[in-house]
Amino acid sequence: MAVTTALPRDLDAVAGAPMSYWRTVAWRLARDPATLVAGSLLALIVLSALLAPWLAPYDPNAGSIRLRLASVGAPGHVLGTDEQGRDMLSRLLWGGRMTLIAGFTPVLVALVIGTALGVLAGYVGGLTNTLVMRTMDIFYAFPAVLLAIAISGALGPGLPNTLISLSIVFVPRVVRVAESATVQVKGLEYIAAARASGAGVPTIVRHHLLANVLSPILVFASTQVSLAIILAAGLSFLGLGVTPPAAEWGLMLSTLRQSIYVNAIVPALPGLAIFVTSMAFNLLSDGLRDAMEVRA
Amino acid sequence: MWVYVGRRLLLAIPTLLGASIIVFAMVHLAPGDPIAAVMPAESSQAEIEATKRAYGFDKPLPVQYLVWLGRVAQGDLGKSIATRRAVILDVRDALANSLVLALSSSLLAFALGIALGLLAAFRQGRLLDKAASAIAIVGVSVPHYWAGIILIIVFSVQLNWLPAMGAADDPGAVAYLRHIVLPTLALALIPLGVITRVVRSAALDVLNQEFVLALRAKGLVSRRVFTHVVKNAAPQILTVLGLQFGFQLGGSVLVEAVFSWPGTGYLLNLAIFQRDIPVLQGVILVLATFFVLLNLAVDLLQTLVDPRIARH
Repeated sequence: MAVTTALPRDLDAVAGAPMSYWRTVAWRLARDPATLVAGSLLALIVLSALLAPWLAPYDPNAGSIRLRLASVGAPGHVLGTDEQGRDMLSRLLWGGRMTLIAGFTPVLVALVIGTALGVLAGYVGGLTNTLVMRTMDIFYAFPAVLLAIAISGALGPGLPNTLISLSIVFVPRVVRVAESATVQVKGLEYIAAARASGAGVPTIVRHHLLANVLSPILVFASTQVSLAIILAAGLSFLGLGVTPPAAEWGLMLSTLRQSIYVNAIVPALPGLAIFVTSMAFNLLSDGLRDAMEVRA
Repeated sequence: MWVYVGRRLLLAIPTLLGASIIVFAMVHLAPGDPIAAVMPAESSQAEIEATKRAYGFDKPLPVQYLVWLGRVAQGDLGKSIATRRAVILDVRDALANSLVLALSSSLLAFALGIALGLLAAFRQGRLLDKAASAIAIVGVSVPHYWAGIILIIVFSVQLNWLPAMGAADDPGAVAYLRHIVLPTLALALIPLGVITRVVRSAALDVLNQEFVLALRAKGLVSRRVFTHVVKNAAPQILTVLGLQFGFQLGGSVLVEAVFSWPGTGYLLNLAIFQRDIPVLQGVILVLATFFVLLNLAVDLLQTLVDPRIARH
């Protein structure tokens, strides 16, 4: 099997017009079965979350006391109902929106701020580097979960606070990767050549540096999405995230926990959704790492 | 080497101070008056005045920080809003329980993860390797709090084999062991995934080096080759083990909440529920200190195993 996958890549290197880097990456991604499965699954999850208002058969917050904890496959409720008689399918669809937003936004924020800070620290060096990097070190004094809980716990519950605390968790991580990639690339000869031929700092950073540090940063950021989703859902599981009655996977898991003695399947569904989503992200980032030839 | 050790020890100090600044800032991050963040709403005027003086809330922030740090250095983490007990007492009891849980889940994850990772590396591309990779990716993807709930559903609710929550008082007793099984399993999942991955790739890195080929070429039996590979991969593996143990201690919040295991995570969970900021601060500060010291220990241990590190 290893031979059949290696062959076209080698052929590609020998024959045919050279492809641009990003086209090569896309071409490789499209030929990796695990990436394709994970990618399609993810597309499905994101789409169903986006289209929740049209796909959901019921109002996610409207329950009926008479219909509490209906099992999976109950008439009218494909995935059953929760402890307040609300339709599980509708709540899972709506909940996905919240979980995805809470998981994706902090990584995106970290990607922008972290790259900027890391490239700055790496390129300028000296005191700026020391200042930025030592500040980031402070955040490494906490395991991710604990830092998120510390900030969220002080700020109080709510989606905006979750986004703030998770962004603070992920920025230092991206800064570290961006800084070390920048330092590495900065020392390469073509940067010196660009400088010697009179290129200014903005040109060098934009065309020569950023283009080459972006792959490792992107790959790293993609590995963090699944962690961010687990943490975001975890915060609302602890009562620090989205506030009830809004649907969010972690919160649903937390409120349904009391009902495992009545119905064993329905309470497990929100967690299953978190698991599948985070696994799809992990598989995708593995594929991305291979396609971009970044060594983790 | 001693210069390196000294420098590494000194570096831990600013990190610890930085962590303490973040913990100190929590009171001021909390919405509303800082006094409200550390005092119950029904406190008398005299109590409020006393607390104001103790915390120095009327002084500028840097002074407040120093006053607070001075008290923390003497083991005074303030009083719980909910119970009015000294936070340090609650944290001490909880920490012992968390340490036991972190140790048991780490032992399980380390043993299984190292075995799986090495097996996968030596059987690269075979079925066993694929199975190990699958376990690894599930381990890092699964929300461990959900895995805990699933374990409760299967082993407590359906099979009725093990208790669903809490802990028995007497460590070493059968009841205590029965209570710790499920949280240990749930907590071991993430480190199991991470360690399997790291061990596999560390062992593969060594296996692909020329000296291994040379060892094989000179006809060394595979058992001896194995020893060489493990020795060379050890520093990298050691780092990840140390880090993972730290994560177990600080990251068990959610699992402890699921199983009502009376550790630091459960205490944090209660504090969140009651908006008990002094308890939150105390637990987080103690856990962060543990984490920093543990990282320090791992770094120092690593230079012992591989003295080349100190030369960088």
